[in-house]
Parts: sequence; C-alpha cells; structure tokens
Amino acid sequence: MFAAENGLKGDPRLEAISAAIRVVPNFPKKGIMFQDITTLLLDHKAFKHTIDIFVDRYKDMQISVVAGVEARGFMFGPSIALAIGAKFVPLRKPGKLPGKIHIALKFLGFFVVDDENGNTVIIGKVISESYELEYGHDRLEMHVDAVEPLERVIIIDDLVATGGTLSAAISLMESQGAEVVECACVIGLPEVKGQHKLKGKPLYVLVEPSGLDEFC
Amino acid sequence: MQSIVSSYHLCLPPPPPVLRHRLICQSLPPIRLPSRRSPTSLRLFPCAVSRESEMAAAAKEDGQDPRIPKIASSIRVIPDFPKPGIMFQDITTLLLDTEAFKDTIDIFVERYKGKGISVVAGVEARGFIFGPPIALAIGAKFVPMRKPKKLPGKVISEEYSLEYGTDKIEMHVGAVEPGERAIIIDDLIATGGTLAAAIRLLERVGVKIVECACVIELPELNGREKLGEAPLFILVTSDAA
Repeated sequence: MFAAENGLKGDPRLEAISAAIRVVPNFPKKGIMFQDITTLLLDHKAFKHTIDIFVDRYKDMQISVVAGVEARGFMFGPSIALAIGAKFVPLRKPGKLPGKIHIALKFLGFFVVDDENGNTVIIGKVISESYELEYGHDRLEMHVDAVEPLERVIIIDDLVATGGTLSAAISLMESQGAEVVECACVIGLPEVKGQHKLKGKPLYVLVEPSGLDEFC
Repeated sequence: MQSIVSSYHLCLPPPPPVLRHRLICQSLPPIRLPSRRSPTSLRLFPCAVSRESEMAAAAKEDGQDPRIPKIASSIRVIPDFPKPGIMFQDITTLLLDTEAFKDTIDIFVERYKGKGISVVAGVEARGFIFGPPIALAIGAKFVPMRKPKKLPGKVISEEYSLEYGTDKIEMHVGAVEPGERAIIIDDLIATGGTLAAAIRLLERVGVKIVECACVIELPELNGREKLGEAPLFILVTSDAA
C-alpha cells in the first residue's frame, strides 16, 4: 500500500522524496525507465525524510531484524535498523557471503573449519533462493544464523517492480521460521499498485515512479 | 528444506571446548563429518583463535576507546574465503550486534561531525552499509562508488590493479563538486587498491579527501602506503593470513 493512502496523505516529505529521485531512460536495457535513488542520497533532507518515515512506522512494532536486499537495500536498511534497535541482515547476490558449498543440499551452503581432532566443524550456513527479476533472474543468499525462529522482520529495498526479489527474501526468512511483518520500499512500480500484499505479506511503499520530466 | 535443517539440530552433539574461544554462530553445534580438507588446514583453526586475541584496537589520541574491544570481538573470521589462505573478516556478525554496530557508527560520527564534511563516499557494497548512517548523522551527502555498469547515466571511472588483472570503480558525474570535503568509507582496507582508486576518482573532480575510514585494517598488506597523503582511520587491526 502506498504511504499517501495510509496516513501520510499530503505529507510534504513524500513530495520532496519523489522530486529527489531521478529517471534515467533505457537503463539497464532499452525500454526500462530506471528510477535512480542516488540523487535522493545526495539530498540530505530528503534522504532523512525517507528514513524518518520508515522509522516512525516500525519503531513500535517490536521488529528485531531489518533485512536489506543488495545493494540498494543496504543504503536504506542499516539506518532504519540502528534507529529502531534492530539487527541488520544483508541479503546478497550469490558468492558474496562467506561460505562454501560443502554439502550438496538444495540451496544450502556451509562454511567449515577443522578442529584440532581433525573433525570438520560447521561454523556457519548460507541459504539461497532463486527468483525472477523484472529483467532476468537471479539468486539471493542469507546467513542461516542471521535470524532466529519467531523473530519479527521487515525487508527493505529501494524499489519493488514485479515483487520477485522480495518474494525470494520472504521465502528465505520463512525458511528460518522468522515472521515477515512487512516489506518496505521507497518506490513502487505500477504493477504493484492496488496490491497490498506480497506472498501474503503487507507491502509499504512511499512513492510512485517519478516522471520523465524530472530527467536531468 | 525446513525438515533438513531441523534434523541437524536434533542429532548434533555439544560444541568442543575450543569453539568457545571463537566468535561464531553460537547456536550451531558442530557435526562430525569425514574431513575433506588437507592436513595444512588444521593449522588454520589455532591461527584463527590467536587471530582474535591479536585483534588490536587502533587507539584514539586519548587512549583506547572502551567501545573498541566489543566491536573487535563481534567480527567473525572465516578461513579460506574467498580462496584458500585468506582469513575473511566477516562484518555481518557486527551488524547483528546492535550495540556494536551502533558504537561503530557513533565513533565515526563523533570523529567527523562538525568538520565541514559534505560528502561521505562509500565503496560497494559493504561501504554502503556504514556510509549512509554516518552521512545522515553528520548532514552530508552519501555518494556510492560502484562496480562498473551499476550506476545509471553519466559516470566517471577509475581503474585499479588486482592480483590478476584490473577492475574499475565508478561515480556519477555531478555527484560531488570541486572544493567539497569528503571522507571515504569501506568495511576493510587490505591492499588499499580500491580505496586508492576512490581517492583518485574524487580528487580528479576537485574534492579534498579529509580521511579514509575503515572498520578493519590488515596492516601486513600495507594498504596505507597506497593512500598517498590521505590519512587513514581504523577501529581494529587484524592479521591477513
């Protein structure tokens, strides 16, 4: 659901956030109108508004985990996590989180070390989930020890298009028994308008895509 | 997948004593598997233990900041990642420790607030985790420095050497202006190649680098030497391998 329809109608901060986002046509492929949030990060006031809106929404919801999708989710998630006293969990592209595929189980990787008796000891696990992108497909990974069962989680990304990435993130969390309270994005593409839920989970979005007239 | 994970929890014995010295996921007891690793790998485990006790603090001018030991101990060391012989410094465990993460950001903010710094540049991807909270707290812009082809629109790029070959980092044209004062953030400095490229990129457009700031330094790799006149501020040091 969009913030303007959910308590923030007419909030001037939303206008400032929207105006700070730049549109770059035909990136990464022809036909895609890319919503570039880096200009939002250059506008300290608008960036602060973005974080403040999310913090105000989540600070009293007993959220213990903020998960951010690589790489632009990393730009928003940690500030929210710090302000609400939650852990930050990065959800990463394959091979970035330290770990080896030691046991051939579907989507499970382990990182191991040998102790002094020569026994192989697992000291961490990585799990992954494949998903469809707006343009292609990819895989998302998380450390298994990052979340515990029954923890309350929000998942952050800069933008939601088809919802493929966020759905994979939800699956990763649920596989560990955590509860996804909400998915939150700065921008929501038209495909998600009217969709209040993603894989049964609420979706909270600040603004719609900026128009071409803001391309500079 | 759910049943596979839960079956490991059911049949795992308690951890051996040596593991208590390690800052790793304490919820995961070990399982006994046939060792597939070479005998030389047995030396890595005691190295990892001593490595944690050698994690020294980079002292501030007035002596060691009392928050540093907790920050240091929250960082997990993973042997042989991304390749054999490398002891990977995993900051994701720091991010799971709300107090340690907050202290990390606070130390940087206290250092850089009120110094006329208008740009916090963060190197992809772990620099994106530490940079924005610092930028927000000190009233600066956050500028991501990214791998090639990630930033849309006009970019400038700087090449740097890897062990084999080269790589590039990129920044948006117009993100920064001549005369601005910047700090560059990354989670770790190893050889210093990436940070040196980031410095060159910003200096090319007339920005003054006030300091480079990292959570971890691997001093044996002499990264500092590549930074030229730019000072380096770090919280913890660790042996590379």
